[in-house]
Amino acid sequence: MNRFTLIWRNLWRKPIRTVFTMLAILVVFFLFTLLEGLRIAFSLSDVGPAAEERLLSSHKVSLIMMLPVAYESRIARLGGIEAVSHGTWFGARYQDNPEFAQYPVVAEQYLALNPEIKLDEEQRQAWLGNRMGAIVGRPVANQYGWEVGDRVPLKSSIWTRNNGSDVWEFDIEGIFDDTDAGMNAGVVLFHYDYFDEARAFGKGTVGWYVSKGDGSVPLNELMDSIDAEFANSPAETKTNTEAAFAQEYAQQFGNIGLIVTLILAAVVFMILLVTGHTMAQSVRERIHEMGVLKTLGFTSGSIFGLTVVEGLLLVLPVGILAMALGWGALALVAGFMGAMFPAGLHIGTYSIVLGLALMLAISLGSVLPPVIRALRLDIVALLRTS
Amino acid sequence: MARQLIRLAGVGKNYRKGRELVRVLEGITLGIEEGDFVGLMGPSGSGKTTLLNLLGGLDKPTRGDVEVDGKTISKLSSGALAKWRASNIGFIFQFYNLLPVLTAARNVGLPLLLTSLSASQRRKHVNTALQLVGLADRAKHYPRELSGGQEQRVAIARAIVSDPPILLCDEPTGDLDRATADEIMSLLQRLNRDYGKTIVMVTHDPRAASFAHRVLHLDKGELSKKPVDLH
Ligand SMILES: Nc1ncnc2c1ncn2[C@@H]1O[C@H](COP(=O)(O)OP(=O)(O)OP(=O)(O)O)[C@@H](O)[C@H]1O
Ligand SMILES: [Mg+2]
Repeated sequence: MNRFTLIWRNLWRKPIRTVFTMLAILVVFFLFTLLEGLRIAFSLSDVGPAAEERLLSSHKVSLIMMLPVAYESRIARLGGIEAVSHGTWFGARYQDNPEFAQYPVVAEQYLALNPEIKLDEEQRQAWLGNRMGAIVGRPVANQYGWEVGDRVPLKSSIWTRNNGSDVWEFDIEGIFDDTDAGMNAGVVLFHYDYFDEARAFGKGTVGWYVSKGDGSVPLNELMDSIDAEFANSPAETKTNTEAAFAQEYAQQFGNIGLIVTLILAAVVFMILLVTGHTMAQSVRERIHEMGVLKTLGFTSGSIFGLTVVEGLLLVLPVGILAMALGWGALALVAGFMGAMFPAGLHIGTYSIVLGLALMLAISLGSVLPPVIRALRLDIVALLRTS
Repeated sequence: MARQLIRLAGVGKNYRKGRELVRVLEGITLGIEEGDFVGLMGPSGSGKTTLLNLLGGLDKPTRGDVEVDGKTISKLSSGALAKWRASNIGFIFQFYNLLPVLTAARNVGLPLLLTSLSASQRRKHVNTALQLVGLADRAKHYPRELSGGQEQRVAIARAIVSDPPILLCDEPTGDLDRATADEIMSLLQRLNRDYGKTIVMVTHDPRAASFAHRVLHLDKGELSKKPVDLH
């Protein structure tokens, strides 16, 4: 026997209680890791520098109202504009999966304006040469198992075709990476011409315009001049930076994220309270035994050490295992739902440090008060407890 | 004449109960020789356990000094006292005080964790102690799997495993039936006679006290003048 035997045997004093405490800790830190992953996913605001420079103009009343395609040339003619392109929300799903982002775009214009889209030159040419061609962000391709050359049907909740169907077919001609992990990372891009000809209504309209200044006019003046151009027309515009739009968009999810976070945090907190109470109880049960150990010649310091190590042993291994499992679960979810989490699901160094700090807090916070209180008593008082 | 191992001079002990000062021991002067077997009797609350705790360095006197083997233990720091206890005193309690989570052998091995002995040396000492109390075959049993008499024998093995010169027993047979009590008493007698342990034993039982060489009487915190001879 050595000191570790003593610690180990004390840890398993009541095996069922120990198992339940460990299960609770497993659940707590598994949830904690998921929470952190979601929190980081929803706080997606780092859309990259390109998005800070691009302007996005939408209908002043609502993002879902359409703008005439003729605005493109009028924006292009304004002083200080270098390039302009447009996009439209297609609102489709693949099979039974949730709706995700697809935009009909003018291919060369759009690629020129979004240099963070990294596409193989051969695939780019193939896309430009195929009217039904589409390119997809890698997270989407991974999620649905799409490969170049596949023909995939997408069912739009908004757009019906001339023939009355709402199923649109596309040929996957390219798979791209988005170095900014921003708005375009989890998207399908296809040709506006194909879309405009085939749709049953709304011909000649687009969802929004993306433009870029040439640097001669400050950004906010450029925004004002775009909106002024269409003032008092049936379709007035509201222009902002793409980054600001992305933030606004993320905010909607952010609020849901906040509610989920608060609920899970409450659950985590409750379980921690119960666990802490149980651990403290297990220390209080052996106050008499501490008196016996002191009688045998163990010092307060060594009893303190034995108890603290036991508390850490109860929490740390299981807590670290739980965080590893949570990490795996996040990776799994990101693999299945890549379109929903284009930037991936993961936790950061901050999350790991916070998790470890929480583990230390729970084990020391529950063990230290009773053990310090016990060791303040003299041996005779310890032995007189039953 | 053997040399004096334990010496108390004018020892007193007070406890504070709220605002009230309780004088538990008063003017205890006492010498115990090496190899002696002393019984300590007296009514409940007379201070027997308190006196034993002072001898064993579990508690410190309010007045006077406790000297063991030339060392004034009442002046030691609590850390030094812990170390001193580990090598000089074996305690035996009425309710055994074994750790329920450890087997008999591991309970016996506890005091050896405080020594510099190697694991195999420790195992050898534990086996020797268990053999001496006749429980070698119960080494792997947990306290809850042992009878009261067996538990007390494990406790005695734990008290002697690091070979301390002094054994302090607080009603060691108080929780046992007569036959078992006799076994325990013979064991203590053997430790005194064959292994030279100096024993101080608190007891209520005159039969147990008859194993002692002499019996001291404590009454209301004072040793009575005339020692009673039970022989
Ligand atoms: N830590 C303490 N705090 C306050 N009073 C104490 C303390 N320890 C002992 N006493 C009091 O001192 C007196 C003597 O106690 P002690 O335990 O020494 O008696 P005892 O002779 O061993 O009695 P018993 O035969 O019942 O074991 C009692 O009145 C007890 O209440
Ligand atoms: Mg007593």
